[in-house]
Amino acid sequence: MRQYGVFIKKEFKHIIRDKRSLLILFALPIAQILIFGFALTNEIKNTKIAILDLSQDEASHQLRDQLIASQYFELNGDVHDVADVESALLSDQIKLAVIIPENFQNDLSHGNEAQVQLIADATDPNTATTLSVYASAVIRDFQGDINGAYNLPYTITPEVRMLYNPQLKGAYLFVPGVMGMILLLISAMMTSIAIVREKEINTMEIILASPLKPIVLILSKAVPYITISLVNVTTILLISIFILGLPVAGNIFLLFAVCFLFITTAIALGLMISNITDSQQTAMFISLMGLMLPTLILSGFMFPIENMPVPMQVLSNIVPTKWFFIIVKDVMIKGLGFASIWREVLILTGMTLFFLFVSYKKFKTRLA
Amino acid sequence: MESAIHIHNLHKTFNKGKLVALDNINFDVRKGELFGLIGPDGAGKTSLFRILTTLWLADSGNATVAGLDVVKDFKEIRRRIGYMPGKFSLYQDLSVEENLNFFATLFNTSIEENYDLVKDIYVQLEPFKSRKAGKLSGGMKQKLALCCALIHKPEVLFLDEPTTGVDPVSRKEFWEMLKRLQSRITIIVSTPYMDEATLCDRIALMQGGKIMQLDTPQQIVDRFADELIAVRSEQMYHLIRDIRELPDIKGCYGFGDYLHVRFAHGAWTQERLTVALKDRHTLLEFCPITPGIEDCFMALMESHA
Repeated sequence: MRQYGVFIKKEFKHIIRDKRSLLILFALPIAQILIFGFALTNEIKNTKIAILDLSQDEASHQLRDQLIASQYFELNGDVHDVADVESALLSDQIKLAVIIPENFQNDLSHGNEAQVQLIADATDPNTATTLSVYASAVIRDFQGDINGAYNLPYTITPEVRMLYNPQLKGAYLFVPGVMGMILLLISAMMTSIAIVREKEINTMEIILASPLKPIVLILSKAVPYITISLVNVTTILLISIFILGLPVAGNIFLLFAVCFLFITTAIALGLMISNITDSQQTAMFISLMGLMLPTLILSGFMFPIENMPVPMQVLSNIVPTKWFFIIVKDVMIKGLGFASIWREVLILTGMTLFFLFVSYKKFKTRLA
Repeated sequence: MESAIHIHNLHKTFNKGKLVALDNINFDVRKGELFGLIGPDGAGKTSLFRILTTLWLADSGNATVAGLDVVKDFKEIRRRIGYMPGKFSLYQDLSVEENLNFFATLFNTSIEENYDLVKDIYVQLEPFKSRKAGKLSGGMKQKLALCCALIHKPEVLFLDEPTTGVDPVSRKEFWEMLKRLQSRITIIVSTPYMDEATLCDRIALMQGGKIMQLDTPQQIVDRFADELIAVRSEQMYHLIRDIRELPDIKGCYGFGDYLHVRFAHGAWTQERLTVALKDRHTLLEFCPITPGIEDCFMALMESHA
């Protein structure tokens, strides 16, 4: 027992005395969550647009005011002809142009049909689609206002309700995602590096030539990283609740329990990596390429898994973060209990046992 | 006398047998002996250490340490030996005291418990005990490593090139420490420095995975059958070639400022060498010398080649 105490203290000293790893361990999670929260958002807000009003009548001014009044759009100077619009689009000053043709009011009130042209910069197709949808919605509202007085026959009005995330906040998606990524990075990568480091600086040679049971050393290496990971979970949750305004809908203890499970999975994975590599660089490379990329691509955090080709969908099943992502979304956002996540919990537990088994089988009691 | 280490037909190869690291090694180290493995890099010293410290498996042959088999009883051996690897292997980011404490804990003991054994060495380190191991001088690092290898009172101590990269003064101190420890512990030490060989009770001269000779340093020197003479001139570069071209010269190699020339007794004299060389060399200088371990090593190497 005294051995554990001394070894764990030693691990903490290694971490505290290495300023760079300390930075990775504590600053990275905070930086990532803030970057995802504020910079890398795909929500539409104050996008620059141009309105080419060729009609210049009461109705066209009303439409124009309504577009600008919405929080989605912001007017970027004046344009006077189609050439202006094109140059503004080309020079990236605007993402969307609204062209109101001549005789807008006249067409609207007498011809019963008026046209408005939306020109979007589709170099980023997702943004273009979203922008045109938002602009169409504003125009539809405008039409509704005009029609308000009359009662049109045969109208269907879809009533849309966005469940669990009524404001369509990006945070609902990326907080669980970033959490998975950070925990995997810290627990798997740092643990594997910490163990491989002993091989690299040669202390493994003395440790192996001593009566120490390797499990003692490995467990004492895991303890600091579990602690740090739990601190990070807490920080991420605090930031998401108080800064990003994302409440935890489900049971907070259940959430911590599943985080703990996932940390264990990641550490088991790190152990496996450390058993098959001899240099810190290789360990880091395997962790980044083998864990980070699949986590980003195949966990469902960046890209929906349902839209992927079948082989990718099958492959995504072996990515631990995919299951963790599902669990966190269910518990944190939908507020579900253990009854609805037990399957994913079982899968993660199975994976953990598998990684531990492989590490145990592959552990060398001798050098090379 | 009881054997601390017994080695029988030990063979180890790498690259699927292409590179022979140890070629059928046989020898015994007696209890309480200070035994030296002398040889250049690549002689197989580290391979032998790693097999004896149970870190590697031999291809064939067997060995015992403290009467225990290195393969079967590896766990018990690890309890009873101290090992100081060739490469510095302490935690650079931990202080002297923290390192020592860690290695004591590794062997389930404490600094206080075996303090008497390391006291002589540790008093020298004590002023620096809160300094990080990475910031110590080369000699201090090795003293700390020795402390760490001794802290659990091992029966057999393995030191792989402990004085490589250490200044002459620290090297001398280091060997004095070994001499003092010898009364309590069997020590097997490897070194590429031939001058350290004379400080051992017995030495094994190793080259290319083989043991060329094994005996006390004195016996090895006594067995040197040839005559040896040191030569220098102003044209050192040509001198070595010119001497090697003379008949009946068994060996000629650089040794500090001089060349050591080896030949059978009576084959050459100083006068005849002068005659043979004076046309092409100025300021020729000769002095007869008694052979050292390095001369024996070179002679053995040439006869094995």
